[in-house]
Amino acid sequence: MPAALRAALLLILAGCLYLFLAPPYWFPAGASMQAIFIDHQFKVALWVLGAMFIAGHLVLAFVLWKKPRTDGKASRGNSWLEIAWTVAVTVIFFWLHVSGNHPFAHMKMSTRLISQPEIEVTGAQFQWYFRYPGADGVFGRTDVQKFAKADEGNPLGIDPADPYGRDDILSSSLVVPVGQPVVLRLKAQDVIHSLFIPAMRVKQDTVPGIEIHSHFTPTQIGTYEIVCSQLCGTGHYKMRAVVRVVSEEEFQQWLTAQKKSSRE
Amino acid sequence: MPEALSNPNSSRGIRHYLFSTDHKVIGRQYFFLSLAAVLTGAWLSLLMRIHLVWPKLAIPFLGEIKQENYLAYLTIHGTLMVFFVLSLVPQSGFGTYFLPLQLGSSRMAFPRLTAVGFWTALISFFVLVASFFVPGGPAGAGWTEYAPLSAIAAAGPGQGLGTDLWLISIGLFCLSSLMSAASFLVTTIRFRAQGMTWLRMPLTCWAWFITSILILLAFSILLVALVMLILDRHAGTSFFIPGGLAVSGKAINHAGGDPLLWQHLFWFFGHPEVYIAILPAMGMTSHLLSVFARKPVFGYKAMVSATIAIGALGLMVWGHHMFVSGMDPHAGFAFSTLTTAIAVPSAIKTFNWVATLYGGRIRYSTPLLFSVGFVSLFITGGLTGPILAQPSLDAYVHDTYFVVAHFHLIMAMAGVFAIFSATYFWFPKMFGRMMNERMGQLHFWITLFGAYATFMPMHILGIAGHPRRYSDLTGVQYVAAMAPLQKFITVAAIVTISGQIVFLVNLFWSMRKGPLAETNPWKCTTLEWRLPSPTPADGFADAQRVVNYGPYEYNVSGAENDFTMQDAPAS
Repeated sequence: MPAALRAALLLILAGCLYLFLAPPYWFPAGASMQAIFIDHQFKVALWVLGAMFIAGHLVLAFVLWKKPRTDGKASRGNSWLEIAWTVAVTVIFFWLHVSGNHPFAHMKMSTRLISQPEIEVTGAQFQWYFRYPGADGVFGRTDVQKFAKADEGNPLGIDPADPYGRDDILSSSLVVPVGQPVVLRLKAQDVIHSLFIPAMRVKQDTVPGIEIHSHFTPTQIGTYEIVCSQLCGTGHYKMRAVVRVVSEEEFQQWLTAQKKSSRE
Repeated sequence: MPEALSNPNSSRGIRHYLFSTDHKVIGRQYFFLSLAAVLTGAWLSLLMRIHLVWPKLAIPFLGEIKQENYLAYLTIHGTLMVFFVLSLVPQSGFGTYFLPLQLGSSRMAFPRLTAVGFWTALISFFVLVASFFVPGGPAGAGWTEYAPLSAIAAAGPGQGLGTDLWLISIGLFCLSSLMSAASFLVTTIRFRAQGMTWLRMPLTCWAWFITSILILLAFSILLVALVMLILDRHAGTSFFIPGGLAVSGKAINHAGGDPLLWQHLFWFFGHPEVYIAILPAMGMTSHLLSVFARKPVFGYKAMVSATIAIGALGLMVWGHHMFVSGMDPHAGFAFSTLTTAIAVPSAIKTFNWVATLYGGRIRYSTPLLFSVGFVSLFITGGLTGPILAQPSLDAYVHDTYFVVAHFHLIMAMAGVFAIFSATYFWFPKMFGRMMNERMGQLHFWITLFGAYATFMPMHILGIAGHPRRYSDLTGVQYVAAMAPLQKFITVAAIVTISGQIVFLVNLFWSMRKGPLAETNPWKCTTLEWRLPSPTPADGFADAQRVVNYGPYEYNVSGAENDFTMQDAPAS
């Protein structure tokens, strides 16, 4: 039995290592600036914690192998050992924590980026809407309860009387130019949703009653999935969209084409 | 002379069980309530796993599982497992039975309150099950029931009457837990036998004590939050609902509320809740590793300090569930720091468990196997904690299968291993017979490998960006592409859950037909092993116990046996 238990622990260790070293799926390729340091941080964390996982199981298997003492002087403890391993784990865990602060600060606490106009993202059961402010650079006022009638093509409830709203561009995809910060203003119409763009390593809940800022800088041209990652009802599993990262030129062409067909 | 189930002197029949104030009867009642809950919860998880990978499969009597049913199953699965299993049997089940006995007391401080606590929990369970039979079905917003989804009946099926019943059920559960915790606290403070100093208490008693404090602080907040949500739903208040909302084109007539308030209140309860679930399991593991390694717990005082530290810090980290919620990122930084801190006492406990085993004359009985399994699963599940504690990393894996892997490994599997361990261990004392050892070992092997096979792959799903709580895997292309791994997980889950039949057969068969147990079959030092197996109804009523030794006097020099009972005469 002791041999079987040791073997089982080592087998489990081997299986888990194999799963992480030859995984069938992994992070999607990063396509944003923050993906670079988040992926690096993940790598460091997985290696450090992985080493602790391996060490923990090897030691566990070892103590199940170690011969017992027969002199009746079983140890009750060892203060130096307690202090030593307490200090060791404190250092390791806090080092991981501190090294994670810089990416977090960059994501959340950097000064507001003004280089691009904001793009408004609205989550509603079970659809993502993306609104651009148009030539005037200002979003029109919205009142979902007053103006968003079913089947009238105004899902965000833009006030028809507001001149700023006339040139707003509504899109079901997030189209952005490569290499420039994308500044998002996140809203929700009914319940909490969450904007998750795996390739960009972006996730931010969209909360009714609050406008929340998020930003990322796409680095690769391409089309990337957007999914909802906060349970929002029965259609949660299919609440998806895409972000299309295009060249600056193509972005301007797209904007112009949208303006021409917008409500004018 | 031990009897199969209960003492021949006590009154038999329904009166004996209905409203009994005997803490041993109540402990057994909680045990069986949790058993009913875990079987229901496991059945629901089977339905969920099958639906995800074979959605067209018609289950007998149920037919195909619909999208909204999946969300209901998910919600009730989580609710049953977190509340009625993990917050019940380790604390209210084994604690109610064994706390007075281990302290050398003849009873709980408040026997009637303890009884009312159980019956409230039982009613709570029935109310929750009843939600399956009302129009719209059970609540379907997850066991976390975030507002406004949970506050607006029109936001989904199950968000009407089903959610009301969920709120009432969990409200009753809060009351039950508060009553039980009050009784535990006073019993521990006032009802210890002579000589049973704080530092001579078994670590199980320390765990039950700290957990009781957490229960009082956490469940009271949950109760308040539930009342506020009921008021939002039915009394026109708007604690959690802001203005200007529209659901399916219909305007929602509320204004001024904040959805984040629900999250703060819920998680202020919800995080201590997971420590309420795991601290008794840790106490039992410490206890059992010592008994079966025939060695004192390594670093008893460090273990007590770590338990207190985990309890205290556990009240301060709730915001790590809210890093992407829209909460102020400066608060996120504070919560992240405190969450990292809580990893330290958890690690200390792990080192001490391993050191307790080191050099021990280990007896490889089933309780020991499950305790070693606990340590393994705690290491594995715990080590993904430091990833989730960093907001920049959590922002990626939050609400993905990575989190599902983390909490299942550390709560569901490690916590459940401790429950199995304690069941095999205390069965002789509770029922007067021994469980079958060979079946116990078979149960262990299936569950150990099954747990890892089911939940380790979920980390990979999360890393690949697979969101959780998806009732259908075909809605998003990159999610659908991971179906092969989801199938593997489902097969592993089916095998693991099926393997629990070995445990159930063993449990019920041994109650009736297992070999009769002696008074102290495991040669354990703590006071409950003074009493005959099964425990007679009057417990320690006869003589005053006098405690002269600590709880883990195994193989320490000078003793005649390799152990010294806590109330052995002073040398």
